[in-house]
Amino acid sequence: MKMLGAEVVIECLKAEEVDIVFGYPGGAVLTLYDALFKTDFPHILTRHEQGAVHAADGYARATGKTGVCFATSGPGGTNLVTGIATAYMDSIPLVAITGQVGVSLIGKDSFQEADICGITTPITKHNYLVKKIQDLPCVMKEAFYIARTGRPGPVLIDISKDVFNDTLDFVYPETVCLRGYRSLFAGDSSQIDLVIEALEKAEKPVIFVGGGVNISGTSQDVRKLINLTGIPVISSLMGLGCIPSDAPEHLGMVGMHGTYAANMATIDCDLLMGIGVRFDDRVTSLVQNFAPKATIIHFDIDPAEVNKNVRADLKVIGDLRWSLPLLCEKIAERNVTKKQWARAEWVGLVQEWKREKPLASSLPAGGIRPQTVIEKVSELTQGEAIIVTDVGQHQMWTAQSYNFNTQRSFLTSGGLGTMGYGLPAAIGAQITLPEKNVILFTGDGSIMMNCQELATLADNGLPVKIIVMNNQVLGMVNQWQRMFYGKRYSYSSTKGCTDFVKLAEAMGVAGLRVTKPEELNTVLEKALKMEGPVLVDILLPETEDVLPMVAPGGRLDQMVLRGIIG
Amino acid sequence: MKYTLAVLVENRPGVLTHISGLISRRAFNIESIAAGPTEEVDTTRITIGVEVEDEFELEQVVNQLSKLVNVIKIANITYVDSIQRELALIKVRANKANRSDLVDVVEIFRAKIVDVNRETLVVELSGEESKIDALCEVLTDFGILEIVRTGRIAISRGPVPAKDM
Repeated sequence: MKMLGAEVVIECLKAEEVDIVFGYPGGAVLTLYDALFKTDFPHILTRHEQGAVHAADGYARATGKTGVCFATSGPGGTNLVTGIATAYMDSIPLVAITGQVGVSLIGKDSFQEADICGITTPITKHNYLVKKIQDLPCVMKEAFYIARTGRPGPVLIDISKDVFNDTLDFVYPETVCLRGYRSLFAGDSSQIDLVIEALEKAEKPVIFVGGGVNISGTSQDVRKLINLTGIPVISSLMGLGCIPSDAPEHLGMVGMHGTYAANMATIDCDLLMGIGVRFDDRVTSLVQNFAPKATIIHFDIDPAEVNKNVRADLKVIGDLRWSLPLLCEKIAERNVTKKQWARAEWVGLVQEWKREKPLASSLPAGGIRPQTVIEKVSELTQGEAIIVTDVGQHQMWTAQSYNFNTQRSFLTSGGLGTMGYGLPAAIGAQITLPEKNVILFTGDGSIMMNCQELATLADNGLPVKIIVMNNQVLGMVNQWQRMFYGKRYSYSSTKGCTDFVKLAEAMGVAGLRVTKPEELNTVLEKALKMEGPVLVDILLPETEDVLPMVAPGGRLDQMVLRGIIG
Repeated sequence: MKYTLAVLVENRPGVLTHISGLISRRAFNIESIAAGPTEEVDTTRITIGVEVEDEFELEQVVNQLSKLVNVIKIANITYVDSIQRELALIKVRANKANRSDLVDVVEIFRAKIVDVNRETLVVELSGEESKIDALCEVLTDFGILEIVRTGRIAISRGPVPAKDM
């Protein structure tokens, strides 16, 4: 049957079991939007293309499915750039479809023309420019295949306007033929035997879990591994939720704002087994001083991650869905008790670190402690909510204080650190998980970066609860200025006329405010019980620091544990 | 350390953008890059000369390039017995008085003169980079107007092609 190019795109989405698209129309995608209209394909209109791409990202992170977004040519495409880079840094499966000007106009600096393939080359797993309709079905098939297999990532398809209007006898290819693309599943199992030998020798082992576990959905395997061995676990920001935050073996997040126990364990351990991690600089600090005494073992699907930042003594390359069950199986076969794997003396030491220096606050009594806000929400939701954050102090406090229980329950921009990510990502998550409590922790800086999406939230009746940790400063910038720039608070104040409650109400979101500590519990309880979207503006003291903190370039055991106030 | 990589890629639009984009993004130190068609119509071969600190950095270059969807195969032919060549065209000032001296130099280097006029001539030389460097140095005395070099290409000796290495 002859079909318009635009209809081909929709048919391909159906074949890939895409159930919703986030997007924003424009000149080059009018035919595509016409096909959406005619087929009644589910689509969410965001208020900015950046909102669309972050929403698709939130949808993907919460479910593991591939998120899809549409944008028009030129500024439509360039507005996606931050969102695509965000997804790329955190390995999120995403297909971004942009319109491009007519074939004869490409390269002529035409109206709303931008070389979006050129622009997104460094921030996509792959991208395509489609100029002939014959290529369209194959490109769509390949794009979804590449986005979701191996180490996932965003793929961009730039489709010329002419292709949407052209016709084709549509057949969706069943397989892809990519000569240069290998999505590795099983690796070399003899490496796992070597890992077990190393584990048996280790006196002070630590397991380090990262985003790869959340992405591959292997938290059950990690939990099994911990059950079998009792080895202490540290987590990266992206690894939170893999095991319950309050599990006795869990020492917490490691790195710049890691817990005392996790950072001390990293410096002192003699074996560090990284699982789906990329040893980011926010984790390692100065890389030469990271786990200096340890044999490093690295489990990852991407061979390029091994030896990129930290030299690995042993590497297990392959999908965690292959390596972790095999590791557990081989460990279970050994006749070794939990105490022997984890070493009682070592476990005693790390537990003492945990008890000795729990997370601290530098605030004098009186004001609302930001950590209390998060602990309260954690208690009210019993750690079962989908937690979304923006970027900054509130993000770190959430990572430290929320009790995560399940994989894919913490959606945050880890690698790129994108302010403005939270609200649209929460929209994406809530749409795909309507039964879940979706809670966004954001700051007075971050929320403004995509606050137009409050309209999307309200108009779609999505019950996301937004908690604005309003300290009237760009908190993380402020903290660095306090600690390293002689308290010269250069342009980090947001004090002004903005009224977040009114802003929310203006767009159809209910607004509540907390100004005194005694109001906190009642308002939070009320907000969580309300139907529909709610924004809670919580006024916090300006000067709370995220602690502990490892100064840039410092060693992980050289933590600032107390803040500098004033 | 200097290495030579033979990179086989699918001959598709944008493939050179992906490769050059990756090289610049990861700040790899590329000495030379030369691309051209191969015995297979849909395959392009790119010879990349790369300078790295150590084997770990080389491993990064290879692993990162391998991740590009259009890259089919990368063979490190640094330690393989191979032939490495570069082609250069050099435009030199030459007049009646010194032309025969120039011809002598060209003969010593087994280069060729491919264009002559009253004021200049163009020398063509293929060989290893060091040989071309040496010729350029000698020709400096005559006055070089223009140099164009292809960057090195390489092929292994013996029957095994790079795609099967």
